[in-house]
Amino acid sequence: MPLNNEADATQNELVQLITPSGERRSNPVYDRWVSDVDGAALQALYEDMVVIRRIDAEATALQRQGELALWPPLLGQEAAQIGSGRALREDDFVFSSYRENGVAYCRGVDLTDLLRVWRGNASAGWDPYAINMAPPQVIIGAQTLHATGYAMGVLADGADSVAVTYFGDGATSQGDVNEAMVFAASYQAPVIFFCQNNQWAISEPVRLQAHVPIAHRAPGFGIPSVRVDGNDVLACLAVTREALDRARTGGGPTFIEAVTYRMGPHTTADDPTRYRDANELEDWAAKDPISRVAALLDAQGLLSAEVSDAVKATADDVAARLREGCISMPEPQALDVFKHVYSEPNSWLERQQDSYEQYLTYFDSAESVNTAPNPSREVSR
Amino acid sequence: MSPVIKEFRLPDLGEGLTESEIVVWHVAVGDTVELNQVIADVETAKAVVELPSPYAGVVAKLHEQPGTVVEVGSPIVSFDVPGSGVPSGDSPDSSADKADDDEPPAKREPNLVGYGAAVEKTGRPTRRARRGAASTVPARPADASTADDAAVTAEAPQTSVPEEAPLERPRSTPPVRKLARDLGIDLPAVNGTGPQGLITREDVLAAQQKSAQEESAQSGTGQSGTGQQGADRGVPASIAAGERETRTPIKGVRKHTAAAMVASAFTAPHVTEFLTIDVTASMDLLARLKSSRAFADVRITPLALVAKALCIALDRNPTLNSRWDDASQEIVQHHYVNLGIAAATPRGLMVPNIKDAQALGLRELADALKGLTETARAGKTSPADLSGGTISITNVGVFGIDAGTPILNPGEAAILAMGSVRKMPWEYQDEIALRQVMTLSLSFDHRLVDGEQGSRFLADIGTILSDPGMVLTMV
Repeated sequence: MPLNNEADATQNELVQLITPSGERRSNPVYDRWVSDVDGAALQALYEDMVVIRRIDAEATALQRQGELALWPPLLGQEAAQIGSGRALREDDFVFSSYRENGVAYCRGVDLTDLLRVWRGNASAGWDPYAINMAPPQVIIGAQTLHATGYAMGVLADGADSVAVTYFGDGATSQGDVNEAMVFAASYQAPVIFFCQNNQWAISEPVRLQAHVPIAHRAPGFGIPSVRVDGNDVLACLAVTREALDRARTGGGPTFIEAVTYRMGPHTTADDPTRYRDANELEDWAAKDPISRVAALLDAQGLLSAEVSDAVKATADDVAARLREGCISMPEPQALDVFKHVYSEPNSWLERQQDSYEQYLTYFDSAESVNTAPNPSREVSR
Repeated sequence: MSPVIKEFRLPDLGEGLTESEIVVWHVAVGDTVELNQVIADVETAKAVVELPSPYAGVVAKLHEQPGTVVEVGSPIVSFDVPGSGVPSGDSPDSSADKADDDEPPAKREPNLVGYGAAVEKTGRPTRRARRGAASTVPARPADASTADDAAVTAEAPQTSVPEEAPLERPRSTPPVRKLARDLGIDLPAVNGTGPQGLITREDVLAAQQKSAQEESAQSGTGQSGTGQQGADRGVPASIAAGERETRTPIKGVRKHTAAAMVASAFTAPHVTEFLTIDVTASMDLLARLKSSRAFADVRITPLALVAKALCIALDRNPTLNSRWDDASQEIVQHHYVNLGIAAATPRGLMVPNIKDAQALGLRELADALKGLTETARAGKTSPADLSGGTISITNVGVFGIDAGTPILNPGEAAILAMGSVRKMPWEYQDEIALRQVMTLSLSFDHRLVDGEQGSRFLADIGTILSDPGMVLTMV
């Protein structure tokens, strides 16, 4: 079992089951974890990846059209997110960063909820317990602590669910992530550290942060790790399933480094051409996660025109629903900020709410002095 | 089903941006566009981005020309959208048809993240201010709004511009206020057609045109600015025909260059020294090199010689190759030379640098210079090439100039300007002879470099160029 507890040459090798050109490569260790993935299952993974790429493109367009304040694109990271996301059980719990919109899709998030935060309409888009996924964490790496804490809770409950936390290569330089790994190892907590190494921490290349593969850090904490081709959906599925199995059977945490590439900007407010090379982008475009599965399916005769059309139709439908949900989302009310501070009534907060309400009324009356009934008043508040 | 005009207002494309420049339109009036079809490239302070169409329909109007800097929230394109498929709240809009050009977007506006906020934020404090001043100057724009532009009357009553008259300052934006000041337009006399009476660039320009025609018919009497206003616009009516000046918005590389120059000029105390030398020997050397086999396929120029001489002299005078790190209160001494070369490129002045120039032989240096300038002129200089420079050369000689007082590339301690090589009468072996002469101008940061070190450095370069053989005594 290639756990990287000892340094050896194999550590630098990526687990890869589908090559960039779409050939299925056998792997004596990991094949068994995906032996159940038949043609239909592979088609489903393909559709998932196409759909989340479409979600990503639509959301990016919505941002450019002023309907979203910001969007962090996942373009290029579809395999890492779908492969790992589809390995999870419903009672597993995800603690992600802001880029795991593909994982959220796997968890069954409502499409409108997915955009709520990015439209600036809510502090959190969904009920975490409805889909067993915490709201996206914007503070880099903080979610790893939440995941480890949750996993320690799972231990206390005697359950066999697993906490999975997603973060990027840059986050591994944060104290939080390192602390989380210390605790995860100490308690042998059922948590998976899923690092999508997309090569760039905004404008900082990964080589500045890590002189060895990031996966090599975990063994120092006593956590087995594996490097996987993050653009290979099947390999990502396999290594995640192995890690889940280890966690469920008392084997403790696992660190997965999914080596992938952020094909787009860090967020819609970023311009990657200012700091990275066009050649690098080309190299990674040749390793596209979706086209390799398409090639594999095609070679197996599983990508007929009907299948392609059906996948496209699904993606278009999801995009249309996403857009409609976004632009018809009701505006948040000013007093909503008081809603989710405490779970129970709090007199101190109520006083604040009262005075804020009066403050707002002051503007209303100022306006009504000046204007006839103004239809835009409701939303302009 | 009658079509509905939908206006697309420029969104905040980054986080907290206030304006963007339309780089190019990919569509023209009359084009049919699909949802999310790219209609324009827009440059923000952060990036050039593609703008996807928010509607499927026909382009009815492009409000802005390419090259225009547009404020977030300003309409940039209008679409004829088929009457169906418009989301709820449709009925009041569609009745108004084209006349509602401004209205529905104004209602929609707060829905669109990014440009609701800016206006609302400035709106609220302004509304508070108005209370105190409530009865001072009433009834300002009522006449103006009716007279001025019929097209926007739909907007005016809704946003109650007349009631907002007694503002301390009319609602506008800093660039527009400045424009008004530059044109001598009295802002309170302008009728704002923007959201909630906001005075837009167009309003100011319209007011200027109007007052040019009517002269001082309507404007505030006794305003202190009035007299000057008239004086400033000596020939105001002819602004469109026969302009006496052209105004170019400060943006892009020009803006960046200006900021860098100001930052450099006002943080680093510059000293410039000049040295005029006889470079005949160097020119002879150059001629010999050109005909030598080793340099057969490379274009070797005086710049390459100067660059090499600078590297050699720098090794003897390392102070010139250092950096003032104000944040850490340290002087950083570089043990490598990243040699910047000022280049005039299609995008403006750029100073890409040659990494580790100290390690390059003359031949390699010439190759590097060629590659660097070609890349720069093609506009393909990468960000990495532009950062990390330690000292620079600017070759003003190519323009036939002898000397100058160059401004330091920010973060560097010295910059050398090389003048053109001229044949001049010059002292040679105690006689007057026609010699090839060049002036070197060296500016250095006097915080780091004293006159002694700067002078020695410049003298070393001069010695090498006037007598290349002297290098033997230096390396």
